[in-house]
Amino acid sequence: MEIVSSNCASLSNYEVFEHLQKVKDCRPKHKGQLATITYETLRYLENTPCKEQTAQSIKECIRELAPFKLHKTELLMIINNPPITPLEIQFIVEESEERLTEDQVQEILAIIAKHFPHVIKTPPDEDEQSE
Amino acid sequence: MFILAEMKNVTRIPPELFHLKLNDAIAGELNKKLANKVVLNVGLCIALHDIVNLQESYIFPGDGASHTRVIFRYIVFRPFIEEILVGKIRSCSQEGVHVTLGFFDDILIPPTALQHPSRFNETEQAWVWEYDTGDGSKHDLFMDAGETIRFRVTAETFHDTCPAGPTLKENQDNPENRVSYSLQGSINEPGLGLLSWWDN
Repeated sequence: MEIVSSNCASLSNYEVFEHLQKVKDCRPKHKGQLATITYETLRYLENTPCKEQTAQSIKECIRELAPFKLHKTELLMIINNPPITPLEIQFIVEESEERLTEDQVQEILAIIAKHFPHVIKTPPDEDEQSE
Repeated sequence: MFILAEMKNVTRIPPELFHLKLNDAIAGELNKKLANKVVLNVGLCIALHDIVNLQESYIFPGDGASHTRVIFRYIVFRPFIEEILVGKIRSCSQEGVHVTLGFFDDILIPPTALQHPSRFNETEQAWVWEYDTGDGSKHDLFMDAGETIRFRVTAETFHDTCPAGPTLKENQDNPENRVSYSLQGSINEPGLGLLSWWDN
């Protein structure tokens, strides 16, 4: 086996979730390691905000965030773990104090809240139910 | 946290799979070969994404199977350095806090990367952040197993776990216990650590 490119693209959690869902539902059922890793990864992703996202909402959110000149990796983190407080923006965006004003941070949070309204509603202790 | 890796492989399709469509047979074989395995310097393989290119199949003398050169893309778990991830605490020990994502367990947050000041509580087997409340007193914040934790990925380590030759073997410390892919995290920034710490 040969590696052509060890990183030809980054995937958002949503894309992986969608793909694995398809893998899981296909017939005949997969067995062995593929079934194990698909099950475990889906279990993890089910507890992340990507479960409620749609391709449409992600696309629009990225389009509206474009003027803030965020890096690709920062956008990816915002999509995977949508921030709801200014504190979260601070550790996602490098040197955010210099690159973003307080108003811009509020604008970003408003855009995220508009496109991913489920993030705010989810109670923080949802993990306890799954165990 | 997930990436696509493009790889090339000569896939052998044994005759008993000839009733399948070639694409399906190859996808099955690639998943059998790679799913849930770590590829050195690539990451933990999850599932086949798509087949990019299929070349002609060959049959070799003495073998009924067909061999096909295939270029494909695989979904791989490999967070980039500095990425923020959310996981659960698996356990605490003197070496630090062990975190799991469910499908990936080899994440360690060393004591130096915990919130400052932190100490290890031997009786509870948990790390404790001695949070300074501001009025001179301290508030102990425990990091118990099972809690949800947010951390930053600071380093990754790949180890070749192939069986070593006899000469190399003596120098290595029990190679069977080595982990092929492990991550190091840190939580010594405001906002990182247990999610419950930052709720209000």
